[in-house]
Amino acid sequence: MSVGDYIRGSQIWKSIFRHPAPVDRRNRIVVMLTNFFLHLHPVSIKQQGIALSYTWCMGGITFFLFLVETITGVLLMFYYRPTLQFAFNDILALRDVTTLGIMREVHRWGAHAMVITVWLHMYRVFLTGSYKPPREFNWVIGVLLLVLTLLLSFTGYLLPWDQLAIWAITVGSNMARATPFLGYEGPGAQLLNIGGFDLITSGSDARFLLLGGRFVSEATLNRFYILHCVAIPLVVSLLIAIHFWRVRKDGGISQPL
Amino acid sequence: MESHLQHNPDLTSSVIFGLGLVYMVLFVMNAAWVRRSYAVDGNFRLNLGGLLGKGQEVPVAAIWAFYAFMLLMISIAHLTGTGSPQSFLLRMPEWMKQPINWLSDPRWFFIGSTAVFIAMIVLRSVWTTATAGWVLLNISLLFMAFSITDYDFRQIVGKPDNVPIVAMLYIVGFFTWLYFRKSVDNDKRRAEGRPLFEQEKNEKVLTWPDLVYTELICMIVVTAVLIAWGIVLQAPLEEPASAAKTPNPSKAPWYFLGLQEMLVYFDPWMAGVVLPSVILVGLMAIPYIDFNKLGNGYYTFNERKFAISTFLFGFLPLWVAMIVLGTFLRGPNWNFFSPYEYWDVHKLELLNNVNVSEWFWLNLMNQQLPVAAAGSSPLTQILTILLREWLGLVLVVAYLFVLPPIMAATVFRKFFTKMGFLRYMVLANLMLMMMSLPIKMVLRWVVRLKYIVAIPEWFFNI
Repeated sequence: MSVGDYIRGSQIWKSIFRHPAPVDRRNRIVVMLTNFFLHLHPVSIKQQGIALSYTWCMGGITFFLFLVETITGVLLMFYYRPTLQFAFNDILALRDVTTLGIMREVHRWGAHAMVITVWLHMYRVFLTGSYKPPREFNWVIGVLLLVLTLLLSFTGYLLPWDQLAIWAITVGSNMARATPFLGYEGPGAQLLNIGGFDLITSGSDARFLLLGGRFVSEATLNRFYILHCVAIPLVVSLLIAIHFWRVRKDGGISQPL
Repeated sequence: MESHLQHNPDLTSSVIFGLGLVYMVLFVMNAAWVRRSYAVDGNFRLNLGGLLGKGQEVPVAAIWAFYAFMLLMISIAHLTGTGSPQSFLLRMPEWMKQPINWLSDPRWFFIGSTAVFIAMIVLRSVWTTATAGWVLLNISLLFMAFSITDYDFRQIVGKPDNVPIVAMLYIVGFFTWLYFRKSVDNDKRRAEGRPLFEQEKNEKVLTWPDLVYTELICMIVVTAVLIAWGIVLQAPLEEPASAAKTPNPSKAPWYFLGLQEMLVYFDPWMAGVVLPSVILVGLMAIPYIDFNKLGNGYYTFNERKFAISTFLFGFLPLWVAMIVLGTFLRGPNWNFFSPYEYWDVHKLELLNNVNVSEWFWLNLMNQQLPVAAAGSSPLTQILTILLREWLGLVLVVAYLFVLPPIMAATVFRKFFTKMGFLRYMVLANLMLMMMSLPIKMVLRWVVRLKYIVAIPEWFFNI
């Protein structure tokens, strides 16, 4: 009896994996049903539903990149402090002295890649008509995930607190002050006043809500940090779960039921 | 040096060496292609005036072999020619830069990308053959490699944060090519009554191993690519943030640069808030306004002409191409700079655009713009503003509310009867909102239009 067989026959191994190795047809079916991570998949699947030239694998890569971003992001959070005093220097240290500081590179390039793969995933879903009934609502969830991916990237852009960061966020968030009715330089904002008292000012409009101030400041850094590391990832995780669940319930990634 | 305005060295030893490696990769790619061509392409008639005998048959692979050999020579020239970059000869010649600079002006850029978009659809069976795809790939790579010899081009394209955009162009291009290739194939199968590609081999297989192994390999490849990318390119980090020093240009993150480019034609409330919201609502509405049951689960163009063309127009010329324009061709003060042009902060661009109201009152009526007397009642002021802008307001109202019924009775007649009132109105308004950008662009270029409705008093400019 080899060591491998001994380990696979042990009580510990069996208690973790619940089934023999997936080497024959029966156990290849069982593994999909009894493993937590694999049960996202169906047991069997149409060949075209997994052909790379058909699926482009972009949805899967997007999800994987989300995991990469989560893991590298958590590692970066151990080093990085979102305050004016520390933020920039912590990034500098990640670049120059920290072991595994390359996590920042992987995190940033992974973020760019994720934006691109989300687009390509959408592109494929559109071009194969996979949003057609019964999958209309899953496409809507997908659009929400697209928005959240862009917001994740946008909020993360500020955190290094260098010139690139604050000015990109300044340019991006300046749009918010032109929001109709809710931005103080937006059309209709003047209408929202009570007895000559303006409700929408530079200290109470959509941009102020986004930035936590009249300009990009430490309050913004804190706000974006929490959005980037906690709030948006939580919502994204929930929507991803629904997205995947709906793929299964709607009968696979495409084709009519 | 050829020009006394030469502000920076065009070439350095490391750039030449890097290009040598690029040409070496190109050589290896094309050497592999020679092999494929030898097995697949067959011979063609070559008439060299009796040099090889009359009407000699030569394999197509011979041409590719010659091309690959040239690449190898160019590569060696680069790898051994790093000694004196000043006198290195293989560089983008000035006479080639001029027409390209001229063609990348925003007008020609947009008209050109729209023309390419139309040609892409019309000639879809031509450019999606394997050979055509390979030729296009080679041309674009050679163009990039050649352009890199230009200092200004290198500054913009080589910025670490811009590298993903260049990669995206190739990836989007590849998948567009793949889509058209597959849809041409399927449309042909349909016409000949054969089963679709996706229906041909579509048995059920077990997820383990067929899918889980693909996923595992994908994960490993993605991880490897990310780590390699992280080692080669350092994540950008500029000077510490300073609210006092505004960089010029100030750019939003790259995926929003299409929106920033719209600021040239629309005010922030339109370009930054309304139009992005319309894009998102429009995307979400797609499954509910597309009543076509065909084309679900396979690639096709002929069965979904309208849906595919509209989506591609929105994605390729209006989104991706606008990002390229905003990233690579917009410099200080958001002025336009051609790919081989120095980003001069002092470049001046004339901005003498006119509003519809100015054109109407000053030019057509030959009188001053109506102005309410100082201290007049709010109602008078409002009415004066409306009077001043009446033509623009009528145009906008007509565009959004009169045009849809007219389209329903004419070009969209079939859609209207099939979709019903509500669906049709959503579709028509989304289409009109999407087309508002190219319309405003063309009006800006042709009649120097600034605003159709200009009411800065209310921040309401369209």
